[in-house]
Amino acid sequence: MSDAIIEVRNLSHWYGHIKAVDSVQFEVKKGEIFSFLGPNGAGKSTVINILITLLPIQHGEARIAGYDVARDPEKVRDSIGIVFQETTLDRDMTVYEILEFHGRLYSMSKDSRRTRIDELLTLVELEAKRNTLTKHLSGGMKRRLEIARGLMTRPTILFLDEPTLGLDPQTRLKTWEYIKMVNADGTTIFLTTHYMDEADHLSDRISIIDRGKIITSGTPWDLKNRLGEDVIYMETTDDKRTEALIGKETEVRSIKRKERGISVMIQGDGTRVLPALMEKVREAGIGVEAVNLKKPSMDDVFVHYTGRQIRDEGLVQSVTKQVAGKE
Amino acid sequence: MQKGFLTVYWRDMIRFFRYKSLLFSSLLQPALWLAFFGVAMASNFDRYTSGIPVPPGGFSIGYLTFMGAGMIAMTTLFTSLYGGIIFLFDKNWGLMREIIASPLPRTHIIIGVGLSGVTKSFIQVIIITIFGILLGVQFFLGYPPLQIGIALIGIFAFVGIFALGFIFFSSAIAISMESPEGLQGVITLLTMPLFFVSNALYPIDSFPSFLKAFSGINPLTHMISGIRYFAIGSDFYALGTHYFNTPPQIVSSFMGLVVFAVVTFLLARWRFSKVVVT
Repeated sequence: MSDAIIEVRNLSHWYGHIKAVDSVQFEVKKGEIFSFLGPNGAGKSTVINILITLLPIQHGEARIAGYDVARDPEKVRDSIGIVFQETTLDRDMTVYEILEFHGRLYSMSKDSRRTRIDELLTLVELEAKRNTLTKHLSGGMKRRLEIARGLMTRPTILFLDEPTLGLDPQTRLKTWEYIKMVNADGTTIFLTTHYMDEADHLSDRISIIDRGKIITSGTPWDLKNRLGEDVIYMETTDDKRTEALIGKETEVRSIKRKERGISVMIQGDGTRVLPALMEKVREAGIGVEAVNLKKPSMDDVFVHYTGRQIRDEGLVQSVTKQVAGKE
Repeated sequence: MQKGFLTVYWRDMIRFFRYKSLLFSSLLQPALWLAFFGVAMASNFDRYTSGIPVPPGGFSIGYLTFMGAGMIAMTTLFTSLYGGIIFLFDKNWGLMREIIASPLPRTHIIIGVGLSGVTKSFIQVIIITIFGILLGVQFFLGYPPLQIGIALIGIFAFVGIFALGFIFFSSAIAISMESPEGLQGVITLLTMPLFFVSNALYPIDSFPSFLKAFSGINPLTHMISGIRYFAIGSDFYALGTHYFNTPPQIVSSFMGLVVFAVVTFLLARWRFSKVVVT
């Protein structure tokens, strides 16, 4: 037995003649946060909808928590929690009623419903809103309530479809915190997102999906490293000599002179190359005054693998920057 | 999972009592029909029909009493036909996904909403009956208390099974449709013939034969026969027509409604098994 809690093999899905998902294959390990990163329309939601049994499997295989999605949909439903992309809260029910309804749908006993609702309202900090109709909640509170609802039945896996879509930067950060907390509690998390920073910040592993296909997978660290374009910026007492000295190293691709200091493009993992370079420079009697290592961002990774920017991102980029600024 | 339908029932009742305006108007509407249409028609019809002789010993009832049963039926029909509309909204607003993605069997969803529709109809029937009696509807005339109890049970049985039939029917339509406007159109289209080609407002004896045949298979006609049997009696005269029903006739009317409810349930179950909500 492997420790894979989600196993997807050769999954394809068509809408009419359009192939929305094309031979997708991946595994999610127990306890990790796994992300599908891709633009809108890449097929992320289709895959999620198949895994949570809302769409039938047309081709391929999927196992969740050991159950075959096609053969044991009921067992699968019992093992998962779901937070949908759009808000799916009844506007005319209270926070408490939303959770109570969900618990009853999954046949939880009265006692366990009561304790679980108390626990979750504390977790997502909605105790004060217990008897408020959901239409009076803010966007962030609604999301938190939906996350709480997804956790109501203590699922082994929580599916989050674009969990921070349309949230303001602060609420996003807060939502990320909740997701990390839930994961730290032992829940495996599968999330889809088209926000680079979200995938980068949250995930243990990422699969980049575009036009229905998985382009590449790995840890955020791996993906960025694989680009092999780490940049080291250095200011030394003698930039000219430094340039000549380290220009001969095999890991160094190119060097650019800056106003003050030099910028060195590195082939491979810059974190491993940097100490050796420093050593060399110091041995030559040159003093290092400043040093900085920059890894490629997830944006760079995405562009590298898909050959284009994530679509329709004008707004998203600006939000992303604001968030990054706050961190 | 045996009690899953109660969850759906619980939610639907919360919504029913929370929408105060809807609750109020749904209770007021039939009362207004009785108060205006009923009283106005009764004052005319009773004048015209008072000249029609009733055989000695025959029990004759006024128009208001006659149409009182029709109003109960009309209200039940409207409430039930709109009962399934919740599925359309749930589907369009994404709320259905939570339920469909849960382990709850889909038949429980249908049964839960069916039962909440029946409850709503029962509340309405009680209100119309009380209001009607205050206006002069002569239900349960000369009944001893025990017989009133039996009559109420009989009426509830007819209203209940009829309501189920039409809620299942409207659920099947609603889950298959995309827009509320479309559903509204279909319901309006259905209501008219069902209501007017029935014995709700007038006797069907003098209908042309094809209307009479349609009226004979109209579930509304059978429910109204049942309500009149229990509320007024097995043998009475109204609008110059002799109404005489034997228990077997009433039982067969009831069985007809049971068959209707079973068929519409199967229809709804089939529609729900086909539905894909993403």
